[in-house]
Amino acid sequence: MQVQRPKLTFWERTYIPQILKGMWITIRHLPMKKFTRMYPEEKPKLLGDYRGAPTLVKDPEGRVKCVSCQLCEFVCPPKAIRITPGFRADQAFDSNVEKEPKEFEIDMLRCIYCGYCEEVCPEEAIFLKNDFAITGYKREELRFNKQKLLELGGVQPDSIWKWKYKGAPPPGTPIGPVRDGKPVEKKAAGH
Amino acid sequence: MNVHDTLFWFFSIAMLLCGVFVIANRNPVASAMALVLMFLFMAGLFVLLEAFFIAAIQVLVYAGAVMVLFLFVIMLLDIKASERRRFAFLGVFGGIVVAGAFVWEMRIILSQPVIPLQSGNTDLSAGLENVVKPLFQHYMLPFEVTALLLLVAMVGVVLLSKKDLK
Amino acid sequence: MMLELLGHLIKIAAVIGVMLGFVAYTVMLERWACAWMQDRIGPNRVGPFGVLQPLADGLKFIFKEDVLPHHVNKVYFCIAPVVTMIPGLIAMAVIPWGSNLPIAGHVIKGVIADLNVGILFIFAISSLGVYGIVLAGWASNSKYPFLGGIRSSAQMISYEVCLGLSVVPVFMQAGSLNLMKVVEYQAAHTWLVLCQPLSFFIFLVSAFAETNRTPFDLPEAEQELVGGYHTEYSSMKFAMFFLGEYAAMFVQSALMVTLFFGGWSLPFAPFNAPATELWVGAVQIGVFLAKVVCFLFLFIWVRWTIPRFRYDQLMALGWKIFIPLTIVNILLVAVVLALVAK
Ligand code: SF4
Ligand code: SF4
Repeated sequence: MQVQRPKLTFWERTYIPQILKGMWITIRHLPMKKFTRMYPEEKPKLLGDYRGAPTLVKDPEGRVKCVSCQLCEFVCPPKAIRITPGFRADQAFDSNVEKEPKEFEIDMLRCIYCGYCEEVCPEEAIFLKNDFAITGYKREELRFNKQKLLELGGVQPDSIWKWKYKGAPPPGTPIGPVRDGKPVEKKAAGH
Repeated sequence: MNVHDTLFWFFSIAMLLCGVFVIANRNPVASAMALVLMFLFMAGLFVLLEAFFIAAIQVLVYAGAVMVLFLFVIMLLDIKASERRRFAFLGVFGGIVVAGAFVWEMRIILSQPVIPLQSGNTDLSAGLENVVKPLFQHYMLPFEVTALLLLVAMVGVVLLSKKDLK
Repeated sequence: MMLELLGHLIKIAAVIGVMLGFVAYTVMLERWACAWMQDRIGPNRVGPFGVLQPLADGLKFIFKEDVLPHHVNKVYFCIAPVVTMIPGLIAMAVIPWGSNLPIAGHVIKGVIADLNVGILFIFAISSLGVYGIVLAGWASNSKYPFLGGIRSSAQMISYEVCLGLSVVPVFMQAGSLNLMKVVEYQAAHTWLVLCQPLSFFIFLVSAFAETNRTPFDLPEAEQELVGGYHTEYSSMKFAMFFLGEYAAMFVQSALMVTLFFGGWSLPFAPFNAPATELWVGAVQIGVFLAKVVCFLFLFIWVRWTIPRFRYDQLMALGWKIFIPLTIVNILLVAVVLALVAK
């Protein structure tokens, strides 16, 4: 195909008017409103489905929800999770839960924030929360242990009470996933 | 020895060293760079003579333009080949003969009584007038003829470097 | 004698110090200006409003690892950055920063070396800058730097011719190659940009090409040549190239101010004549620096506006348009001057 070159006028061929026009545009932007976010002071607003660092959560009564079934360890693509299962010490108190992890480690340098662990967990015990600035000076610092993960996760005020009630929860308890105390509409997979 | 003399000896010796380096070095780029340095030291000598104009032109034309083009061409050549080159005895012999003849000639010239230049034309520091006026008034014709010669040479080169003449 | 020497040394130190400071802050200004033009804020972390950023940058450059690739020609690789950097500093010796500074009975001239062939000196010295780039390209011994070096030397040689020819009318009108005299002529008459707009325009564009700035930054065109001639450089050696570029910008800006925009003068009394009082002299230095900063800003402004020219366009512009134009310009000015003199 023959590309038709447009006939340029004399001034167009000197480029000068175009260059001046361009310079007018750039100079006009000097005093305009800036869009920079001053990051460490000014955090970005995250959407509800944000996948930050995976964390372990407790139920509203302060129990560790994880039962160390090790499904997440198994499903984790980069093998970032390392679980040492153990029995619960306080068997008598809530005897319908027998196990909890003795140690639960997630290597944040390996984690790819895929969310499979959250997806697969039968107990809704592991959630990807909003922390995204995971930094440290040593590799060891970034291998989060159980205590650290529980700290990050905090209490999940959701509707699954199987550590307290065998069977159905009391009427009026919200059903479905909850984040930050409010029920969340999860986006359906693939829109 | 005052500052002037010290500088004179410094520039002269450095210049000679660079000159030796130009022919002694196997790497053409190193030779070219030594030549550039030599031009700079020579310009230094001109400055000592207070011939600023000639010094500036020396640097501008030789070091700034001619040698850059030289370097340009050398860089495109295969340097390894010339680094491997054998010592050319004939070349060395020829060089010694020419250098010897030159030294002999200088000896003869320097043994003559010194004829001072006509005063008035020698003061190169005052400004450009003393360089330019003779060039454009006294020696107008030779100057223009030289320019024409250079032009002819240039046209000739262009013609020669063209592969197929139409 | 001793005192005089000391005075000269102080003057040299002052000029180099002020210039390096300006160079550092030109980098700063460039980062700010480009950020503002792109609706960003720019560096604002180090010190109030980020004004200490150049210090941080300098420290960073000093403490970075200096990588010396094994395939380079060590000697030339190491001297190339220095060769690029130094001509800019030397060239400042003949540019008049101010007229006089009368201090306690002494009159200090506003120029380090009041040479009669000032402009030739500048062209001679700055034509040596190309060696740094050629050597860097060649000594790096790898293809991108080499291409960058070749391009750069071709470009600089071509535009040196334009640069030299374009200022000829200025000196024809001012009647001297001494830059101080040129400024004094402009102070007494009028700024030469008004008489020689074509000269100025060609000089301006050639200055962009000569300093390898956008739109003529082909030697280091990132998109095609990685980094051009400084691809292999790191740490302080890279910083030298960087500073060399900005120092060259500073020299070209100072030259444009001196040749076309009246140097240290302002078109009204008492600033339109060599100073006889200290404060006038000081203000004149300030005026000179302010004008230079305007040109530095112009360099930056153009860089963040215009895309790069193609290499053949660059060469065609230099050889086929500018050189004939400058020669015609010289002839015209000569005729006009001869008629006026009649
Ligand atoms: S976090 Fe969930 S999936 Fe992982 S071990 Fe605990 S209960 Fe099982
Ligand atoms: S988010 Fe993905 S990678 Fe990270 S721990 Fe969970 S499963 Fe593993």
